[in-house]
Amino acid sequence: MIELTINGQPHQLDITPDMPLLWALRDIVKLTGSKYGCGKGLCGACTVHIDGEATRSCVLPVSAAVGKKVTTIEGLSENADHPLQQAWMNLNVPQCGYCQSGQIMSAASLLDKNPQPSDADIDQAMSGNICRCGTYPRIRSAIHQAAKLAKEVK
Amino acid sequence: MSFLNKIGVIPCDDSLISSEHADQNDSCIIQNISRRSFIKNAGIASSSLVIGIQLTSVNAASSPKKSSQIFSPDVFISMDNKGTVTIMSHRSEMGQGIRSSLPLLVADEMECDWDRVVVKQALGDAKYGSQNTDGSRSVRRFYFRLKEAGATARTLLQQAAAKVWKVKAEQVTIYNHQAKLNNSDKVLDFAQLAEIAATLPVPEKTSLTLKTEAQHRYVGRDDMKIIDANAMVTGQAIYGYDVELEGMKYSVIARPPVLFGKVKSYDATEALKVPGVIKVIEMPPLSAPAVFNMLGGIAVIADNTWAAIQGRDKLVIEWDHGKNAVYNTKQYENNFRKALENPKHIVRNRGDWDKEKKSAAKVISHDYYVGGLAHATMEPPAATAIISDSGVDVWTCTQTPQTAQRNVMGVMKIAKEKAATVRINVTLLGGAFGRKSKPDYVAEAVFLANETQQPIKVLWTREDEIKHGYYHSPSYQKLEATFDKSGKATGWYHGMVNHPIGATFNPAAKQAGSAELGQGDVPFDLPNIKITNGESDTYFRIGWVRSVTNINNAFAVCSFADEMAAEAKIDSKDYLLSLIGKDQHIDLAKDGYKYGNYGENFNDFPIDTARMKNVINVVAKNADWGKKLAKGHGVGIAAHRSFCSYIATIVEVSFIKGKVKIEKVYYAVDAGKTINPDRIRSQMEGAAIFSTSIAFYGEITADKGIVEQSNFHDYELARMGQVPEINVDIIKSEHPPAGVGEPGVPPFAPALCNAIYNASGKRYRRLPLKQFGIV
Repeated sequence: MIELTINGQPHQLDITPDMPLLWALRDIVKLTGSKYGCGKGLCGACTVHIDGEATRSCVLPVSAAVGKKVTTIEGLSENADHPLQQAWMNLNVPQCGYCQSGQIMSAASLLDKNPQPSDADIDQAMSGNICRCGTYPRIRSAIHQAAKLAKEVK
Repeated sequence: MSFLNKIGVIPCDDSLISSEHADQNDSCIIQNISRRSFIKNAGIASSSLVIGIQLTSVNAASSPKKSSQIFSPDVFISMDNKGTVTIMSHRSEMGQGIRSSLPLLVADEMECDWDRVVVKQALGDAKYGSQNTDGSRSVRRFYFRLKEAGATARTLLQQAAAKVWKVKAEQVTIYNHQAKLNNSDKVLDFAQLAEIAATLPVPEKTSLTLKTEAQHRYVGRDDMKIIDANAMVTGQAIYGYDVELEGMKYSVIARPPVLFGKVKSYDATEALKVPGVIKVIEMPPLSAPAVFNMLGGIAVIADNTWAAIQGRDKLVIEWDHGKNAVYNTKQYENNFRKALENPKHIVRNRGDWDKEKKSAAKVISHDYYVGGLAHATMEPPAATAIISDSGVDVWTCTQTPQTAQRNVMGVMKIAKEKAATVRINVTLLGGAFGRKSKPDYVAEAVFLANETQQPIKVLWTREDEIKHGYYHSPSYQKLEATFDKSGKATGWYHGMVNHPIGATFNPAAKQAGSAELGQGDVPFDLPNIKITNGESDTYFRIGWVRSVTNINNAFAVCSFADEMAAEAKIDSKDYLLSLIGKDQHIDLAKDGYKYGNYGENFNDFPIDTARMKNVINVVAKNADWGKKLAKGHGVGIAAHRSFCSYIATIVEVSFIKGKVKIEKVYYAVDAGKTINPDRIRSQMEGAAIFSTSIAFYGEITADKGIVEQSNFHDYELARMGQVPEINVDIIKSEHPPAGVGEPGVPPFAPALCNAIYNASGKRYRRLPLKQFGIV
């Protein structure tokens, strides 16, 4: 049995310890917000937080998440009210939307560490997340807007 | 009580790639077909007003009796007794924003309050007409029809209110989900009018008053929100990959590495030892033509995706690679080159190019090569199927649910008249770009669900998607131009060869495909023009990737025009304008070329050089063309008509220490009338970035028939840091709506390479640029 804490809830999963966290989340816990894109940590679609740190869940064995806090896009906020989610909606960021969970989770981790990132900071922090539709310019704008929104809230 | 009013329009055939013309030239039939059982089937039994659009052919339209027998509604508008309006989205959402655009048009015309509108995704069903969401044609084909549908609903509600108030309809104003009696304070909500409206005869189409552009309340607004945005940013949006059914098993498939290869023998002993693996199943082998059929191989069925993937890794398979194993992409370039030495097909011929070439004062000639491309949708193909006594249910990310339905009927040997027992539920598509109009993966899921008698989800891994695609073919092109003694251009020659898309459907097809897409329709006003195609064999599945052969054709055409400008020592923009020449509608028939024009007629969609020049002038103004540039910077321009839209692009680059960086991008877009400018802008932004990937990185190659790339490390895509500000100017236009999803792609790569030339004097005639070490 693998014991995980996902979005604040304890879960006991009857799976092999080498199963990547992504498949445990999607197929076993049925949280499908974290996406598969490459299975090799190359595209960031599967990004979740492990103790607040953006992590590619497609290459992280579930055993490595035991005893840590796993946060997925479903657990980022109660009512889509995280500043990033708000900014994403304000600026109509998504096209197909598939990569956006991972984009937002990477951006959330960035803002935690760097509440007022520059363009260069954003480019660097987000370079592991591919968007094939090409929403990058809006993602950049939305991160700036979210940084502003978060500041206003504080 | 349920009533149905039916408004008629249009026919549609949803066949493979030739359906372009099918939903053309239609007329509107209006009928009353209340209490039809299909309403219950459609799950809208509680609706009190239902309006559908009936698609009938022109012939059928002339015979109401005949057309009344065909019930093929294309879009439904329905309203419940609370006044909630449900608009069916019969087109697939893949990021182009169609669910936020076509329903918006209907709601606006009907005078709905957008907050009281629900958009529902339609099942795959021939009654909707074409649902084939590719070819950049959803708005192009449905704009006026959906305005009529909305106007009909609005008129019925107006008449219903007039009946209640016992006044003439003209005395009632419909606005924002309400009817208002003029010169009074009397108001009725749509909810109070639905039932009465449903009893009224449908008004004649000719009696409808469509809203003017100025009267639109949602259409044309830049601040409309994407309807699925909340679901997308909270992880609640459901894509094909996300479908979960009770008792469902997961499957990945080891497919033959070479197209039409077969399993010689296999050993699944170790695979079956993987915890969670349930069984392996040999798929039926594939023989030509590929069409949308299953590729064959060995499927692993498991309790979860990870087990299935691990099981597949442990399969030991001996393949018979078959005859396509002779193919090597690099070597085949020689065959391409030879095929263009004496190309077999003359597509277009104006004047006498051959003679001109012999007598010209000067001839310039350059060859261009663009590599093969994979779709690389962020969501790889996936389909979930369940087979029951009532038929086959599929949930999948498909651009064309009716093609998927036909594919399933083929696998399950279901007769045409039982099509309704195959229900294709369309999820959101995590990117598509043409890949998801080819439902081979749906066939796989259904085949395995039938073999196992269990619900099965087939998931393609990234490696599957890259190695077993329907690729954009590599292409070889020869461009030549002639000049007279004064240096004036007198002739244009363009030869192109690739592996034709046609070979996917007919193994005998040899002629390079789709001269129509940006080659034969070159808009230059020169006395001598010759356009040719060579012949080629084909060794893997070729398909259409966002903007299709416009990708390579526009690259060569727009690059070569810039080379001619350099040769003439004239500013690139001015030279481009002079090549296009006078204002005119180009008549390709005069040059002996029967041009398909994206399935559109030439009255509504001429090749209009004035519009082409206008986008060039607008983009040049926005980019301040001619301004002094920073050291190491350069600008390039390209303009291209595709999918009946006119797009001009300017790219500014820096080229410093041998590395190119995109600094600024400008688009001017004339796509005719528009619905949702924000979604058009996003499509251009996306097209620039899609094209950046093509220009910088994209290249699928094969050796011994096996594709050499496998994932994002060797099939790279543009990332955040490579993307600058993108300025998009949408030109206000009264022309009929044209395409948006694809036409932003073709002009970008040549504008980029022209900019590199401007910055460095280096001309790049081969894509991708990574082979030169400059990205």
